[in-house]
Amino acid sequence: MKYSYYPGCSLEKNARSYHVSTMAIAKSLGIEFVEVEDWNCCGATEYISIEKVPAYALVTRNLALAAEQNGSTNLVAPCSACYLNLKKADHYLGENVDLRQKIDLALEAGGLSYQPGSLNVQHLLEIIAVDIGYEEIEAQVKRPLFNLRVAPYYGCLVPRPAAMGSFDDPEHPTSLDNILKRLGATVIDFPLKAQCCGGHMTQISEETALELLRRLLKNAADYKADMIATLCPMCQLNLDAYQDAVNAHFGTDYKIPIVYFTQLMGLAFGLPADELGFGSEIVSARPALEKITLEEPKPARTRERGKKKTDLPLPTRPEEG
Amino acid sequence: MTHTVTSRPPTLFDNVIAETPGKALNLHACLQCGTCAGSCPSGPDMDHSPRAIFAMLDAGMDDEVLNSNTPWFCVSCYYCMVRCPQEIPITDIMYTLKRLAIKEGYYQEDKAPEFSETFCDFVEHNGRSFELGIAMRYHLRYHPLGAFKMAAGMGLHLFRKGRMDLTPSRIKNVSQLKSILNKAKELGGAA
Ligand code: SF4
Ligand code: SF4
Repeated sequence: MKYSYYPGCSLEKNARSYHVSTMAIAKSLGIEFVEVEDWNCCGATEYISIEKVPAYALVTRNLALAAEQNGSTNLVAPCSACYLNLKKADHYLGENVDLRQKIDLALEAGGLSYQPGSLNVQHLLEIIAVDIGYEEIEAQVKRPLFNLRVAPYYGCLVPRPAAMGSFDDPEHPTSLDNILKRLGATVIDFPLKAQCCGGHMTQISEETALELLRRLLKNAADYKADMIATLCPMCQLNLDAYQDAVNAHFGTDYKIPIVYFTQLMGLAFGLPADELGFGSEIVSARPALEKITLEEPKPARTRERGKKKTDLPLPTRPEEG
Repeated sequence: MTHTVTSRPPTLFDNVIAETPGKALNLHACLQCGTCAGSCPSGPDMDHSPRAIFAMLDAGMDDEVLNSNTPWFCVSCYYCMVRCPQEIPITDIMYTLKRLAIKEGYYQEDKAPEFSETFCDFVEHNGRSFELGIAMRYHLRYHPLGAFKMAAGMGLHLFRKGRMDLTPSRIKNVSQLKSILNKAKELGGAA
């Protein structure tokens, strides 16, 4: 399968391990990624806060390049913010005539054009869970992640907003859970799986962000997760690089490694850890990875119901006499 | 009874709707149910909840709305948007409120517009961003103490791990991008 690939600025450096591991598993899964040539920044959540038309023009230049270069009509972004910006621009341009006309003129000034709807913008998680599918993922597993307890973390921008169509539930997504289960990992219950990591608040109002991060880390720790699997460079950066700050601020002692789900896929596919970008996380993943066993953990025994009725502290009728 | 539409100057309420892509017209149908307020992770830091902001907009409290820290504390989590029974594009309205506040010269003392502006300047000149470098520049320009904290703390960690760029990358066709953005600015007005 062939896809146009929009890496986005984070994957160039900060989230290099996400890029590297994505390329590595693509090979195993028979996916061909063709990078959009000369792509520019999507504007993250900043540009749209300042000026609307330039913000949409900035994003749409990428759509125009991807469509023109003709790698594939499916455009994939691994970063949640890039994905949402690209998808949103395509959607709103198709819906809003005034905006569309302005963007057409702006692109024309650069010798480009874009017809809304001509690309299908997808997040990496979507193509892996839906286009490739769980069966194929399981078929590639050579070294199952037995005994590794993983918290599946989706964040905001992949499950939501749902108005433009989403491949997963906006409040209780399950695609990442399913992928991790197929890899042999123990997927913990993670009620905050689709809550916010604080986004750019780590730069603007650290306290706001630290509280959001603390909740996520506590949730993972309460359910005894060995690591948190993410699908977004911003979530990874916030949870990983600010974990120290959370500990200092709240007097906690969390040491939960934050890895990309693609790194775990690569590991389960039998690829060597150093080819998957492991080691660039600040909270080391090594102790957690050493927990992986060759034996499948025994399923937790379910208690037989109704056997020992006397165990319940039921009030007893006073003896007559 | 027939309604006649009298011409009146557009209110902030009208401007917000006009400047927001998507189903912003639904804002007229806000139920004041508070679902957005109850879903908002930034609620405790906001001086008015999203629901309150919409009531204030409707009441014509334009100054209070534009002065409010509410949109600046929005983390774009989109919970309100998927839960709003009237399908109001709340998150997009928050972005519009930020732009209108900047345009009208409100909220200049805050860090958030400065951060966004540093980011945009950078992208306009290079076509690429490098988040940590931008964070650093922004701190250096506006909050030197923050820059120091960042450099000594997690900045150093990230640098050691090879995750922090000191020099940004640049796209090949910066001039094309500039022509596009200049034209867009000309067409877009300030908001
Ligand atoms: S959830 Fe929607 S309808 Fe309810 S108060 Fe918020 S904006 Fe209004
Ligand atoms: S998108 Fe913004 S306003 Fe809506 S719930 Fe999230 S933080 Fe609050």
